[in-house]
Parts: sequence; C-alpha cells; structure tokens
Amino acid sequence: MAEVKEALFSKQNKALLSDPLNDNNPISVQVLGICSALAITVQLKPAVVMSLAVLFVVIASNVVVSLIRNLIPGRIRIIVQLLIVASLVILVDQVLKAYAYDVSKELSVFVGLIITNCIVMGRLEAFALANGPWKSFLDGVGNGAGYALILVIVAVFRELLGSGKLFGIEILGHKAKTLAESTGLYSLGYENNGFMLLSPMALVTVGIIIWVQRSKNRKLIEQH
Amino acid sequence: MNRNSNAYTFVFAIIIVTIIAGLLAFAATSLKPLQDANVKAEKMQNILGTIGVTGISREEAQGAFDQYIKEQLALTQEGTVDKNTDAFKIGLKNEIKKSVKNQRYPLYVAEKDGETFYIVPLYGSGLWDAIWGYIALASDKNTIVGANFDHKGETPGLGAEITTDWFQAQFKGKKILDESNNFVSVTAVKGGAKSGDTHGVDAISGGTITSNGVSNMIEERLSHYLPYFKNN
Repeated sequence: MAEVKEALFSKQNKALLSDPLNDNNPISVQVLGICSALAITVQLKPAVVMSLAVLFVVIASNVVVSLIRNLIPGRIRIIVQLLIVASLVILVDQVLKAYAYDVSKELSVFVGLIITNCIVMGRLEAFALANGPWKSFLDGVGNGAGYALILVIVAVFRELLGSGKLFGIEILGHKAKTLAESTGLYSLGYENNGFMLLSPMALVTVGIIIWVQRSKNRKLIEQH
Repeated sequence: MNRNSNAYTFVFAIIIVTIIAGLLAFAATSLKPLQDANVKAEKMQNILGTIGVTGISREEAQGAFDQYIKEQLALTQEGTVDKNTDAFKIGLKNEIKKSVKNQRYPLYVAEKDGETFYIVPLYGSGLWDAIWGYIALASDKNTIVGANFDHKGETPGLGAEITTDWFQAQFKGKKILDESNNFVSVTAVKGGAKSGDTHGVDAISGGTITSNGVSNMIEERLSHYLPYFKNN
C-alpha cells in the first residue's frame, strides 16, 4: 500500500474533468440521459436548472458512495446507490419547490426522473465504487458538466429558432400581429420554426452535435 | 468482519435507511412552510389574474389580494353563505368528491376601480388528469371578464394549450346566461365558434377532450352558484 501521493490536479485527474466534455461525453458519446435532454430543452432556463440539479446529484452521490464504498455490502450495492441517488433527488426537488417554485413547476416530473438518469447510476457503478472521494468528485463534475454542455447547446438552438428568444428575452426582435408592427427579423417576414419546440427536433439537434463532434474527432467513429 | 454475511447486510441496510430517512424528514419539514407559502401565493395570483390584476410577484400577492378581494364566501347549494367555513381553505380536489348538498362552493368577491367582480374557482378533469382554473364574472353576474386554466398532465402542444393566453382571452366578454336569463354556460366549440356567438369559444385543435373538459368544468361549477347569483 505504498501509494505515491498524487497531486490534486495531476494529469490523470485533469482528464477526469475534461474527458466527459469531449471524448467521453455522457450524451453525445455514451448516449445516456437522452430522455431528459429531449424533454426540457425547449427553453434555456429550465435546461440550465436541470443541468445544475443533475450536476449536484452526480457530484454528491459520487462523493457519498465513494466515501462509504468499502462499507457497502456487494450484494445490495445497487439498492444502496439507488437509495442515495433517490434521496438526493428528493432533496433537490424539495429545495426547488421552496426557493425556485416557477422553475420547479416547469421541470415538474423531470426532477424526479433524475433518479433514472443513467449517467448518475452509471458513474456510481463505473467509477465511484472503485475510486476515492476526490477523484469521484472530479468525475462527477466532469460528467455533470458534459451533460450540461450538450443540454445548453440544444436548448440554445431550440429556444432561439423555435421562439426567437434566449432566457425568455426576445433576441430576434418582437413578433406582433401584423408585419408593420413587428421589429427585428420579424419585420422582414421571418417566422419562428414551431417544429423546433417539439421533441423530435431535440433528437435531430443531438444527432447533429454527434455528427459534428465525430467529424472533428475521428477516433470516436466506430470501426466495423 | 465479513462484509458479505447476511447479518452485516441487514445491519448496514437498517442503518443507512434510518440516516437517510431522518435527513429527508428534516428537509421536508423545514422547507414545508416556504413551499406552502408559494402555493398560497400562486393561488392568489391566479385569482387576481382573472380580474386583470397581473404582473404581481409572489411576494406582493398577499397585499394585492387583501386590497382587491373584499369577501371570501363559502356558499351552500341553496345559495346561502356558510359562515363557519373559510372559503380560501376549501380544496376543490377533495371538496368535489362530496355530495352536491354537502359541498361548500367558494366565491371571491372582488372590487377593482369601483366595480364588483365575482370569481369562481373551477375544478374538473381533462384527458389525462385534473384541470382547474378561475373564472371572473362582472357585476351583472353574467359577463365573463377573465378566466385562467391550469392542468396537471395534459398533452403539451395539444390539451396543455388551455394555459395559453389566446385560449383564455377568448372567454372575455362571453355570457353565461341567454336573453331570457337561462343558464347556458360557455362551451369550447370544435371547429371554431361562430362569430358573434356569445356562449362559444374556439376549442383546441387536437385537444378536443381537454376542451370538452373545460366546457364541462365551467358548466358544472357555475351551475352551483346560480341560486346565490339569483338572490343577491
């Protein structure tokens, strides 16, 4: 057990943070957590809150499980993980209801569904059970941020093209009932693409992100 | 210690469940007052929204509510006022399950710019789950001045459109009584209401069952207030 003390931000630890943002992104490479990426990316604001909620749950559950990883009996480890994830999610839900009521109404059932987000359980099984708290913390930050990154990109495209807004602020001008009263792009006859508001377009957007990412990073392309 | 023995597994499970249950119970009880205040303030915002008092924050809701709402009445089926019931505390979700005779019907009497308004809470069922809302009548107890609706789980883009402004704005100016003062309510008409129809609004394309739910809800709820409206 003569372990050499590792620097807090060694090369290996930095990779824990940066890999999930690109080469090992939970959504675009591992294709996990797609369900919520489709559902809550119509607007940027709920997407950001959802990202923060998932970030918190991944980090906290990773650290907690990592701390007690040597105590958890192997036969009930999945149940224990689920218990920890579920209670953290309930905690997030309760706090949102108390301090961010509007957002909590908007996210409604999807906060509860973080429990079933495969990214969370996936990181616990694959990483936290076998690594120390600090590494697990970094892994949680990395994966949560990787999830958040894709969510925010998708939400920006969907809200901008679907309703012409970002964070609810009119970016492309104001659309009035008549062309003459409209401002910005709308005065030129621009129309919002209502299709962007529907879930299928989130899937298409994620698909485009995957395509762009793989064409830039050829080692991600599977060889058959 | 053998971490794979049954005894260890049981003890571990019991300890961790107890710790987590304690934490959650603590969080839930300590946040409850804040959550309840949010729900209460939102209800006030919704009630005030029907008479055109909009854009108030949740913090201002209580003040505005006290300013505009003059009376909160719990009515009986016969149209008399039950003084022993707090109208604001009536939860329609459970109230509506009681028999028509035992139910109390909450009514908010508001005053704005010297005019009196009657605000009736609504509760009914849409396609998937509950729908609810508030509808405000002018002092003639006939003309609708505003309505808002909300839902638990209607389909986004279809039934859930009942929460949008275009749908709710249609109710303004509609009448619930015909020329001879008989109750006809307001109905969401599939395919669109005829122009000049004072008792019909456009239903939502693809949201027929939710639209019908709104019609039924308005008719069922308002019908219980007629005795009171007639006598006062």
